[in-house]
Amino acid sequence: MDIVLQQLVNGLTLGSVYGLIAIGYTMVYGIIGMINFAHGDVYMVSAYLTAIAIALLTFFGVQSFPFILIGTLIFTIIVTGAYGWVIERVAYRPLRNSSRLSVLISAIGMSLILQNYVQLSQGPNQQGVPTLLSGAIRFHVGDGFVQITYMKILILLIAFAGMGVLTYIIQKTKLGRMCRATQQDRKMASILGIDTDKVISSVFVIGSSMAALAGVLVTLDYGSFDFYIGFIMGIKAFTAAVLGGIGSLPGAMLGGIILGLSESLFAGLISSDYKDVFSFSLLVLILIIRPSGLLGKPAVEKV
Amino acid sequence: MSNATLRKTLLSIAVAGAATLAQADVNIGVAGPFTGANAAFGKQLWEGAKKAAADINAAGGIDGEKINLIKADDACEPKQALSVANRLVDSDDVVAVVGHFCSSSSIPASNVYADAGVLMVNPASTSPILTDRGLPNVFRVCGRDDQQGDVAASYIVDTLKAKRVAIINDKTTYGKGLADAMKKTLNGYGVKEVMYEGLTRGEKDFNALVTKIRSVNADLVYFGGLHSEAGPLVRQLRDQGSKAIFMSGDGIVSDEFVTVAGGAKYVNGVYMTFGANPTSYPAGKAVVKEFRDSGYEPEGYTLYAYTAMQVVAESLAKTNLDPVEAATWLHSHSVNTVMGKKTFDKKGDLTVSDYVMYKWDDKGKYHQLD
Repeated sequence: MDIVLQQLVNGLTLGSVYGLIAIGYTMVYGIIGMINFAHGDVYMVSAYLTAIAIALLTFFGVQSFPFILIGTLIFTIIVTGAYGWVIERVAYRPLRNSSRLSVLISAIGMSLILQNYVQLSQGPNQQGVPTLLSGAIRFHVGDGFVQITYMKILILLIAFAGMGVLTYIIQKTKLGRMCRATQQDRKMASILGIDTDKVISSVFVIGSSMAALAGVLVTLDYGSFDFYIGFIMGIKAFTAAVLGGIGSLPGAMLGGIILGLSESLFAGLISSDYKDVFSFSLLVLILIIRPSGLLGKPAVEKV
Repeated sequence: MSNATLRKTLLSIAVAGAATLAQADVNIGVAGPFTGANAAFGKQLWEGAKKAAADINAAGGIDGEKINLIKADDACEPKQALSVANRLVDSDDVVAVVGHFCSSSSIPASNVYADAGVLMVNPASTSPILTDRGLPNVFRVCGRDDQQGDVAASYIVDTLKAKRVAIINDKTTYGKGLADAMKKTLNGYGVKEVMYEGLTRGEKDFNALVTKIRSVNADLVYFGGLHSEAGPLVRQLRDQGSKAIFMSGDGIVSDEFVTVAGGAKYVNGVYMTFGANPTSYPAGKAVVKEFRDSGYEPEGYTLYAYTAMQVVAESLAKTNLDPVEAATWLHSHSVNTVMGKKTFDKKGDLTVSDYVMYKWDDKGKYHQLD
């Protein structure tokens, strides 16, 4: 019993991180119909920015954890958001009216550029950040126990708060309305006076900020990263986005959590060798039953 | 003389000229992961090989010819290892190679070197498969995983007296090979592991696996793999409140292990098998001192790479720079190196294994246990 509970906690934290990154994939796909393959590497960049922010803050004598956390979050989100904006401006906007394939290749190129740029500028070695928040809560369940580190609790809280804020922005604000309008019909939206280029830019910034949120949390939790972490995380988050229905915001969050839970439960209860096989089989199965994902809307063929 | 014949003659003169130029130096490849997650090990190989080549050149080179090192980065990727091996053989004209690091790179690359008649002296790949295929040109100056597994298993049974052993591997040639070797010996002692599973290289979240290790009440976790995964694994074990002893092989012998794990408090008490302290050989005292004086600590595989370069140089010097004859020569002669006298058996393995147990302390350093 304690083991199953512990696996649920593991899965939920991992899944909420997948969900945060999946948001970037799903929003970009929803609005311009492309898969931003560089998104995983934006997450990787944010891990490096986290280390830089922590180093800067401790250098200036900031010692208390809440201040370091808030400072790091603000710095990383702003700079990663800027990365997202620049990537869209440089690699995708010039190709706005060309075929989907060229944008896709541009995205793969951007991913390689980011990886190699970080590898060359920061060195190929494993990097680490000091443990800032240690300690854990232990619940006794029957004979065993469930142990949750404070960091994991923080991940869950911040991840869900981030998703909440995002949902509010999309549902209630003017920017959100413009995003939804552009997603439904870009041409019509621009005829009605919405600056769609600006909307697309802000979608990239929002997606990158969510990846930055995940980057800060994961880096503080695992304590180590290298220039290659974006690849596996990117693939997993993309899978989560497809699972939940690409283009759908709640779908990305749901997909992330389902993927995290299924990985953890399968690895924990059956075998960790085949956890990816299981997750991807699940994906195939869901796509067979619901081709547009769990919460995705079926694509309407326009005539 | 017709135009075409003239051109051919000129061409052959040019080729002959190029060949003479190439002979002024002897090209030796140094292959390893100079980029990527295992770049720390690549640096060890490069520092060792570079110093050995400089020392040999200062003493007159091989038969009067200077060693010219050529760096080949395989990033521990089998595919890239094949392409750099082909490059070393085809365009860099190497006669010998010191490398590679990962077994999964060394094994495919060794075939390329065998086809081209290039001598390969390996400083670090411990998979038995490397030498078990009977390639005549392949030698290594480190031990084999089955020897390493023996040492680990007997230590677990005799000294630590652990009863519930969980074996984890990273599903690579090296990691799984090491875990399997250890498992075989452990089972031979009558101890059956309580768990045997693989994790995925490149991931950082092993919480699910850790919970499973906890659920089988393991009192010892043996990991076959590299420090990039061992670090997060041991950290997450401690974060989830497990007190199981953690043991691994020579894949974690780098200071980066501490960085990846998130601090010395996580690596404290970790056991590790590795060759007897390479800096402790009397023959290597002077070289170790020179390394330290230059501000570089010859950790991990540095001196192994130095040794491999000495083996290459000595055998080539004895056989007039013919790599094929050098290989034959090595099978029947020993070489004096900074790590003592090295003798090779008919497969190219060392005749004596020198694995011992090390333990990491709370300052993030490792010490040889008696």
